[in-house]
Amino acid sequence: MKIRVNLWLGAVLFVTVVLAGILAPWLAHTDPVMDANLMNAETPPGAEFWFGTDAQGRDIYSRVLHGARISLTVGIVTQLINTVIGVALGMSAGYWGGWWDDVVSGLTNMMLAIPSLVFALAVMAILTPGLTSLLIALGLTNWSHTCRLSRAATLSVRNQGYIRAAQVLGFSDLHIMMREVLPNIAGPIIVIGTLGMGGAVLAEASLSFLGLGIRPPYPSWGSMLSDARDQITTAPWVSIFPGLAIFITVLGLNLLGDGLRDILDPQDRARRS
Amino acid sequence: MLSFLLRRLMQTVPILVAVAGLIFVLFSVIPGSFESSLMDDGKSMIDEQTVQRIRKELGLDQPVAVRFVRYVGSLATLDLGTSFRTRQPVTTVIAERLWPTLKLALAATLFAVVLGIPLGFLAAMRPGTLIDSASMVVAVSGLSLPKFWLGLLLMYLFALTLGWLPSFGYGNGGISHLILPAIALGVSPLGLLARTTRAAVLDIMNADFVRTARSKGMSEVRVVRWHLARNALVIVLTTVGLQFGSVIGQAVVVEKLFAWPGLGSLLVDSVSLRDIPVVQGCILTLVLFFLVVNLVVDVLAALVDPRIRYT
Repeated sequence: MKIRVNLWLGAVLFVTVVLAGILAPWLAHTDPVMDANLMNAETPPGAEFWFGTDAQGRDIYSRVLHGARISLTVGIVTQLINTVIGVALGMSAGYWGGWWDDVVSGLTNMMLAIPSLVFALAVMAILTPGLTSLLIALGLTNWSHTCRLSRAATLSVRNQGYIRAAQVLGFSDLHIMMREVLPNIAGPIIVIGTLGMGGAVLAEASLSFLGLGIRPPYPSWGSMLSDARDQITTAPWVSIFPGLAIFITVLGLNLLGDGLRDILDPQDRARRS
Repeated sequence: MLSFLLRRLMQTVPILVAVAGLIFVLFSVIPGSFESSLMDDGKSMIDEQTVQRIRKELGLDQPVAVRFVRYVGSLATLDLGTSFRTRQPVTTVIAERLWPTLKLALAATLFAVVLGIPLGFLAAMRPGTLIDSASMVVAVSGLSLPKFWLGLLLMYLFALTLGWLPSFGYGNGGISHLILPAIALGVSPLGLLARTTRAAVLDIMNADFVRTARSKGMSEVRVVRWHLARNALVIVLTTVGLQFGSVIGQAVVVEKLFAWPGLGSLLVDSVSLRDIPVVQGCILTLVLFFLVVNLVVDVLAALVDPRIRYT
């Protein structure tokens, strides 16, 4: 039996990070925000502080664990928002066609022309900084890929016999879309959703790094790296662990997405020789 | 060919106008975007009268439709407004940051192309072997690496520890300052390019016409050069072009990390300072670039593959 390395390795990495986030209050040694002892500032990794401490004397290990909660929450929630918007628009555009399709396609092309990070920055420019604003900003950025995919998939499914049969039997459009179309286009959407989650985690980290996402003192991996830049000569270990956490999370999601694609996306299966 | 070009142009212009409209709506119509630039944590620092006077000066008290028409009109004359902060014309501010960003994007794309395409090609020629797996592991790792983390690590290793390269800034425009940011920015496109090249070459390798060529007795070298390379070229070319376009957008974080004086860091600084005209101008410029690059890529692809001219 073929062992799908991608799938299992990705799943293991991702689940590890999720568990670390969920169990953070029990696994962490200190409170990530409040326990700042300046006497311990910039201690290298050792027995007491596994990952060392930062400039305020906070334990990096605990902060990385708690950072997982924030980064994963943002990643999962924003990708969910993106998927819901993208599927709603794309599926309806493919199903109904006509002027609605033109409108959605125009919107999608417009969004695809704007680099996603740039758009997220623009939205953050007009909203007050904070977690909700971040969720809104990132939730509005990547739906265009899901939309294009759902639309294409819906178009290919639309003329199948079972759709026609459902229409003749008098089921409402909404019913048909949710019960007949959606389950059949779910595969590629799940793949793109998983890969998109990795992108969302990276995007949140980037925004926090730029100071426009999660603000200090809350532990976000991105803002921890931003602080690390100032301390790179005095405390280089601060740069390693938050970045490593981001890398492992995104790598896990990418591998998981690839593995899922091998299973769910039949078109691609032919290519794997 | 000409009709293809015209058709693509006709598709591009409405997108640009739509983006301009979106940006305008985002920044000018949503209430509070101007006021929030004058406020600190919700409390106005300036008294009401002065706020009104500034509004009038900047033309913000006119009705929305008038403002939009004036905005589009000024865009046509390449007038992007005046910076709230420095009172310089936005066009000037953007112009001096344009070349550094372009240079960085070009360098990063070059890095990705020179290393990524051969890597993908190599993996495709030996599918299923260790080389294939190893190359793809490298590729997916490159895709997953946060650019600013890689930049930090590179900075620490090559600039601070070994002292081979400068750690930040533009310097006098020489290559040594360009290397680290270009690598940090280019690793992600490298991964994507390697994967895309591998997929494209594998697709073609299994195609009928290649099997025919081999069974005709064509030498392997000729098969690779004539059939594989040329057919894969279109897909790879398109990907390279798209990557160049998206790299311009992704440069934001790398520019901020390395204090690179480009459009990306300008955008970030302006967002922090709520300098709306500059933000608008930056976004429009970046989108324009992206659309122009896409157009050029499409035309080049149509030149290489005549079938595309009829889409």
